[in-house]
Amino acid sequence: MEVRLKDLRKDEGGETWIHPTSLTFRSGAFNILLGETLSGKTTLLRLLAGLERPSGGEIWFGDDNATDWPVRRRNIAMVYQQFINYPNWRVYDNIASPLKIAGQSRAEIQRRVREVCELLQLTPFLQRRPSELSGGQQQRIALARALVKRAGLILLDEPLANLDYKLREELREELPGMFAGRGTTVVYATTEPGEALLLGGRTAALHQGRVCQYGETFEVFKNPANRAAAAAFSDPPLNCAGVEKQGGDFLLADGLRWPAPPRHRELADGNYLLGFRSHQLSLREADAHIRLDGRIDISEISGSESILHFSAHGHHWVCQLHGVHKISPGERAQLYLDPQKCFLFDSGGERVAANG
Amino acid sequence: MRKIKWSALAPAAYILFLLLPIYWLVNMSFKTTNEILGSFSLWPADFTLDNYRVIFTDPTWYSGYINSLTYVLINTVLSVAFALPAAYAFSRYRFLGDKHLFFWLLTNRMAPPAVFALPFFQLYSSIGLFDTPAAVALAHCLFNIPLAVWILEGFMSGVPKELDETAFIDGHSFPSFFVRVFIPASGAGIGVAAFFCFMFSWVELLLAKTLTSVAAKPIAATMTRTASTSGYELGLLAAAGALTIIPGAVVIWFVRHHIARGFALGRV
Repeated sequence: MEVRLKDLRKDEGGETWIHPTSLTFRSGAFNILLGETLSGKTTLLRLLAGLERPSGGEIWFGDDNATDWPVRRRNIAMVYQQFINYPNWRVYDNIASPLKIAGQSRAEIQRRVREVCELLQLTPFLQRRPSELSGGQQQRIALARALVKRAGLILLDEPLANLDYKLREELREELPGMFAGRGTTVVYATTEPGEALLLGGRTAALHQGRVCQYGETFEVFKNPANRAAAAAFSDPPLNCAGVEKQGGDFLLADGLRWPAPPRHRELADGNYLLGFRSHQLSLREADAHIRLDGRIDISEISGSESILHFSAHGHHWVCQLHGVHKISPGERAQLYLDPQKCFLFDSGGERVAANG
Repeated sequence: MRKIKWSALAPAAYILFLLLPIYWLVNMSFKTTNEILGSFSLWPADFTLDNYRVIFTDPTWYSGYINSLTYVLINTVLSVAFALPAAYAFSRYRFLGDKHLFFWLLTNRMAPPAVFALPFFQLYSSIGLFDTPAAVALAHCLFNIPLAVWILEGFMSGVPKELDETAFIDGHSFPSFFVRVFIPASGAGIGVAAFFCFMFSWVELLLAKTLTSVAAKPIAATMTRTASTSGYELGLLAAAGALTIIPGAVVIWFVRHHIARGFALGRV
């Protein structure tokens, strides 16, 4: 089912939660809503589900205007961050619930429930109650109920956020397989850029209730159209600094100067915002790299990566390095940055010279 | 010889102290009235079941139990049935003055029942409800419905709103969701609310006595009759008292795991 939003808007208590948004989710596509907490992901999902009434605009399901349709009529399924299941029903009845209401025959219900349970590895638990199962299995029940309905649109609101690390990885790997070949349009909300990249599909980057970019996930990651999209797709946060272009050079506030890379050379002189992801910084010196001379504030090791917070040239930067680097706070360090890999935004936050 | 655990002494003494009147009541119920009045004995010297036999065969006694149980059960069912939708509304919706209305409900419990005895008496007399179980059952709703609403609202707020939404997304209509999903999901709260309604209605004496005379006389009113044509009937009264404890004990058994939350009005 193709889902189209036309100038969809949501105001609540004098605040705008969703600015007028127009988007088309193609039929059968896997779509990701990526943005930080309170960026409007959940509100957008709830508008699609009909759980919230839009303040303006329209929602189209295929060729039908579904804006005023009640929840029950929408042929959708939704999975929440919390594990929501019918507490008094057995796993089988939990999953069969939408089919029973739709009036399917007993044999058909049994066949379809068995099929999704096989897919989600729930078969051994069919006669148990949700509360007797682990968090991961409870979320599998909710996913199974969403899948068994064969809804035209499945909404997933950070379904993995409440799971512990290992279960999350496990379920995340299975997710694309669950929806593949079913022709269901999926909208998946997440705060984690890494999750978006792993899941692929198309991504809408959200920032303060605005969709700042929508496109192929990898394309949005590689070529963010503006600062907000780049920030939504950066974890650790995007490093930003105001720079001035003077002739063929860029100038940082305290006098650090480097020659503009070819694709930025033709830009008009003036003030810009330089943005780059934390993994663009390196400890290794290379030709034509900007050298940032500073002091380490905090150094963290997470798994096989090291994250350094350091101050240099009047700015605070975050640097993500592969491998374990033991650097104690207070030490002086030189970090190198390839100016080719930097994004440049104008004063309005729009990307300039995006191609490259 | 086993060593005595002194730390166990204090609770043991306390439990003994609590159980003493109940023991004495049960003790008395198995004695004849002559023995009760004539001598001091820790257990019945002349063990008899006559007192119980009288209660179960004499209609003036057992009808008291039937009357009491009738209005208590009617009241419990009414209170919970009316409190369910009200509690759902308070827990799920926001409307003008909802918080004030919710608090006002509880203030109904703060007036002594004696305040309402006269208006109820006059009202029920004039509409022919006087001396019926329904009269007492309705009067007790005055303080049981607010209590049930408060308890149920607490339990219902512990059920995530997303469960409602999931049911609607699955295609449930509101009545189907409420009966098939929501009521089972708040089962513990319904049990606790029913228990509290049962208890308050069971132990309430003043309204029950004022609003009945003969036909619907509750057991507690029967028990205040200490003497009859055959003189003092202390053994009989003791047996009646012992039997009066039983329904409460039975009902509390079903909600024993949730009773603490009930005293907190469902809030954790």
